[in-house]
Parts: sequence; C-alpha cells; structure tokens
Amino acid sequence: MVSINRLPLLVVLGIALVACGKSETTSTAASDELIVKIGAAGPLTGPQAHIGKDNENGTRMAIDDANAKGVMIGGKKARFELLSEDDQTDPKTATIVAQKLIDDKVNGVIGHLNSGTSIPASSIYFKNGIPQISPSATAVKFTAQGYNTAFRVMTNDAQQGKALGEFATRVLGEKTIAVIDDRTAYGQGLADEFVKSAEANGAKIIAREYTTDKSVDFTAVLTSIKGKQPDLLFFGGMDPQGVPMVKQLRSLGMKTQFMMGDGGYTPKLIELGGGAEEGTYASLPGVPLDNMPSGRDFAKRYEARFHQPIQLYAPYCYDAVNVMIAAMQKAGSAEPAKYLPEVGKVELKGVTAKIAFDEKGDIKGGAVTVYQVRKGQWHAVQTMGGTPAAKP
Amino acid sequence: MDILFQQIINGLVQGSVYALVALGYTMVYGILGLINFAHGEVVMIGAMVALTALQALLAAAFAPVLAVLLSLLVAVVACMALGYSIERIAYRPLRNAPRLAPLITAIGVSIVLQNLAMMIWGREYHSFPLPFNSISHHFGGAVANDVQIGIVVVALIIMLGLMWLVHHTRMGRAMRAVAENPAAATLMGVNINRVISVTFMLGSALAAVAGFMVSANYGIVHYYMGFMLGLKAFTAAVLGGIGNLRGAMLGGVLLGLIESLGAGYVGDLTGGFLGSNYQDVFAFFVLIAVLVFRPSGLLGEKLAERA
Repeated sequence: MVSINRLPLLVVLGIALVACGKSETTSTAASDELIVKIGAAGPLTGPQAHIGKDNENGTRMAIDDANAKGVMIGGKKARFELLSEDDQTDPKTATIVAQKLIDDKVNGVIGHLNSGTSIPASSIYFKNGIPQISPSATAVKFTAQGYNTAFRVMTNDAQQGKALGEFATRVLGEKTIAVIDDRTAYGQGLADEFVKSAEANGAKIIAREYTTDKSVDFTAVLTSIKGKQPDLLFFGGMDPQGVPMVKQLRSLGMKTQFMMGDGGYTPKLIELGGGAEEGTYASLPGVPLDNMPSGRDFAKRYEARFHQPIQLYAPYCYDAVNVMIAAMQKAGSAEPAKYLPEVGKVELKGVTAKIAFDEKGDIKGGAVTVYQVRKGQWHAVQTMGGTPAAKP
Repeated sequence: MDILFQQIINGLVQGSVYALVALGYTMVYGILGLINFAHGEVVMIGAMVALTALQALLAAAFAPVLAVLLSLLVAVVACMALGYSIERIAYRPLRNAPRLAPLITAIGVSIVLQNLAMMIWGREYHSFPLPFNSISHHFGGAVANDVQIGIVVVALIIMLGLMWLVHHTRMGRAMRAVAENPAAATLMGVNINRVISVTFMLGSALAAVAGFMVSANYGIVHYYMGFMLGLKAFTAAVLGGIGNLRGAMLGGVLLGLIESLGAGYVGDLTGGFLGSNYQDVFAFFVLIAVLVFRPSGLLGEKLAERA
C-alpha cells in the first residue's frame, strides 16, 4: 500500500485556506462596554465576490467610524463588532448563514446583497426578531412579505423598472425591445417591471430570453435576438454577465442600444468592457454619488481606506448601519426586541439620501438615476422620480 | 439561414474550448480511471498566469505578437508544473486506495486551487489585455472575429497533434499500454509513474491553452471561471465516451452545437413554453439520453483507442 500520510496535510491546508475567507472573530471586552454584534451577509466568493466585498467594506467603515466616535447606548459605551458571512449568492446558503448569525447572537443584520438571498433569509430573521436592513435587495417581494424586521435603504424594482421603462420609451423613444434576465429574484423582478412599464408606454417586447447568473457565453441567445432586430436590449442582471454580453453583442455586429439596471452601474463594467460598453445605459436607485449629501467625502475616505474605488452599494451599507445605530440609541438598548420598533421611525441624513421608511420598510420617495457610458466614463443622464425628501 | 449559420459558428467556437478541456479529463480517466475534478481549476490558473505574464510583457514593451506567444508559453509551462504537482501530491499517494478517495482529494484540490487563486489574484474580474483588435469577418450574414477563428484553428491543430502523439510516438504507445493494462505495461518495462506524469502534464498544457482562449474570447478573467467550464467539459467527455480521445473531441463540439442551437431555437420552436434559460438543461438532457441508450458514450466502445 502506498502511504496516505500526506492526505491529512492536504485537508488541513484546505481548511486553513477556506478559513482565511472568514475574517471576523469575536473578542472579549471590558465589562463596562456594551458589545453590539452587527452581522453582514453577502457573497464573498463566487462571481459577485467583488460586490460582496464592497458591501462588507461599507459596513466595516460605518462600524469603525462608530467605534472611533464612541457611541453611547442606554448610558453605556457601545463597541460594535462585525460578523461577516459569505452567502455565495445562493438562496440555500443564505438561510444557513442567517441561522449562523442568529446562533452567534447578532443584534442586527446588514444584508443580504441580492434579492434572491435576502428574501429566504428574511423569514429566519423575522422568526427570531432580528432587524435586517438590506443595502441593495431591490425585489418588491422583500418588504412585501409582512415581516416587520425587513427594511431596505434602496429603491425597489417596481420603482426602478418603471423609471427605466419610461426612460427607454419616452426619453430614448425606442419602439421594439428585447429583454434578457438572469432568472434570479433581482434580474427577473426588474425585467418584469421594465417590461410592464415599457409596454404601458407603447413599446413592443419582441423577444424575452433568459440566462443564468453564472454564464459567460450569450452568443446563442444574442444571435437569436439579432434576427429580430430590436432597437434596445434590456438585461436584468449583474455586471459579471453584463460585460461579456455587451462585448458579444458588439462583436456580432449589432448596434442595438444596451441597458441594464443597478447591477450594471459599476466601474468594473467600463474597466472590463474594452470599449464595447460605450453607450451602455444603467441605472442606480438614488441620486448620483456626486450629488449625494456627503458622497464625495465618503468616496475619498473609502478609497484611502481600501485602495479601490467604490463598486456599487458601499455607501448604502454605511447608511444602513447608521440607521440601525440610530434606532438603538433612541431605544436606549441594543436588544433586537427593544430597538426594532424604532428602526421604522428613524429619520436620518445619510450619505446616500435623507432616509425615512414607509410602513412596509421601503425607503420613502426613492429616486432613480439613469447613467450612460460616454468616452469610458459614467455620466448621469437623468434622475427620474423621487420626492424632494430623497433629494439632498 | 444567416442566423442558423451564426449559431453553428457560435457552437463551434464554444465546442472547441469544451473539446480541449474535455481531452484533459478523458486522458487522465483513460489511464487512471480517475475523474480529475481539479481540471477546471487548472484552466483557470492557466488563464490567470497568462494574464499576469501578458501584463508584465506588455509593460516591458514587447511586440504584441511576441507577448501573446510568450505569455501562452508561460501559462503552458506553469500549468504543466501544476498538473505534475497535483498528481504527485494528491493522486499518486492514493493510487491503490479505494476509488472514492482520489475523487475526494480531487474535489479538495479544486477548492484549494480556487481559494489560492482568490488570494493571489483577488476576487474581482480582471480585464484580459489582448494587445490587438480582434477584427470581425463577415461570412454572408454571419460574423466571426479573429479570436474565434483562432480558437477553432488552434484547437484543431492541437487535437491532430495529440492524435499523432498518442498513435505514432513511443510515449503514446506507452500511454496506450498503461491504459490497457498497467501491470502488463510495467512488466514490459514501461515506467508507469513517468507515463502518468506526462499524461497529467499534457492534459494541463491543453488546459492552459483553453484558459488562454477563453480569456481572449470573453476578455475577462476570474478565479471562479474554471468551475462551470470544467463541469461542461466533463459532460462533453462523458457524452463522447470518457477515456476516448476522439470521443472527447466529438463530445465537446457536439455539446457546443447543442447548447448554441438549443438556446437559439428552443424558445421559438416551443412557442415560448421552453425558453433559452433551458440552455443548460437541454445540454444535460442530451447527455442523459445518450447515457441511457449508449451508457459508454457515443464512441465509448473502442477501448483499444484509449489513451
């Protein structure tokens, strides 16, 4: 027999490597301090890991700021700790991660990144009475399940899809539209709302195609769409698919306009697009970072700290943490049951907007801004909707 | 008609990549009876190494063509070393262990490589800096660019080269001998360890080329890119008859065509009842059908041609 004594070494090495992915550990603290554990959940591995890490960074910045500032909750000095978990963008893993955060006795959760993970996880947080603020889940269903624990600081898909549909038809004047979505709760939900809005405004949906959030080759679907010659192609999905899609669109010689939702509005789209992305439209709920109350300042501090530009939702994570802290301060307690009733009442001037929630936990009067890539830069084209409350 | 022609081109390009990766699976299976699940990650490492080498060479102002060829060479050499190490560390100590054991280490190696790549190259997507514009050529109404034509041509040359190597060289004869009967091959003076090492290195070299092609075609590189590609290539290998070289090539190209034509036409043919989201389902459905009616794959019975 050949010896198998190298196997344990390999296993240990594997475990050590996997363990490197988990960053936070709890530490013991002085007794007069109030330890508040903030859970963060999003994809830290897999195709959307860069956006998940961006979310974690935003959350971490808020927590570090609060610790540096010294926040008092109920007369005690609070020390915030971050417990970051990887949900791999997978709905099943999201529920496991949610349960783990609850077992670790978190006081509240910032997350998840995706609608497809936020929705299944939300029922677990609800059953355990843990407040959950998602920085980026936009599917309508997330706050429509009757859970009083679910909040978001981001405009939902109904508002966003409607704005995009109106922009495509009324502003761009497109008549024939093809739609692809990635069959996730986010992509499908956004595409459905877009279709509704575009059809209501007189456009014709001539192709409705699908892909997955792990695909990179879309030539087959695009070729089939090419035969139908639409004016505009809308993709409900994230940038890892958006980039190869727009590249393949152009290399097939199609001059169709290309439009995405908030999943496409990233610096990566331009960095990776290699020129093919020129002219692409994408939206981001809220107002442009430059027009945010303290957007520029936040971006500067973020880049100094993490040595990379903000990908997408970091400012929203930052605001979500501050909403949670504000509710805790008002309730004078970090006990989930005690501060939960206060979360919905928080009114806060955040980095992204003035934040206030409606009775469902959605942000009040969310605006949507449409951007376009022009000469390799994102340019804000038009801000749609939004009540004055959300504007700076 | 133009659309059909375009779909066939799409399928051929995709299929050529599947075929190259599938060859790696099939060569190892043919000789060891082992499914090397880490093979997809070798493709990814090949792409990553090529990326780093290409960036460095372009920064050092090498001529574009030279930089591309050199970075491909670096990736091939790196992957050959990686393939050799994987076999030496993770599989050779388990060669006489129950069949399940090396399968599990294979999955372990795959996870280790993925996490290693994540630590070295980061989580974000990298742009693959191809130093020349890929010009699109029109064939009737269909379009194919330089990179796509290059993929099909290079894949074809490599496959012919591999067939020649297996059937007309001493090493190829040794490989076929080991595949047929390792014990007898040893008695005839064949150095089994050496043959197996060479097989892994050859498969990994093909993986490096495939990784380079995929990166050049899609223009992006990511530490997760090997997973799905590996799975599809494995499917292609099984479809063609795992262990059979021609089967892997046929399976790869067929799978590419099935996916492309399936995704392109299934929606219109079923009146929207089945959409293009069934692209993967369609491919795997064909696989199941083949396995039910021809359990050893399309070309799986010609055992003598194993390598």
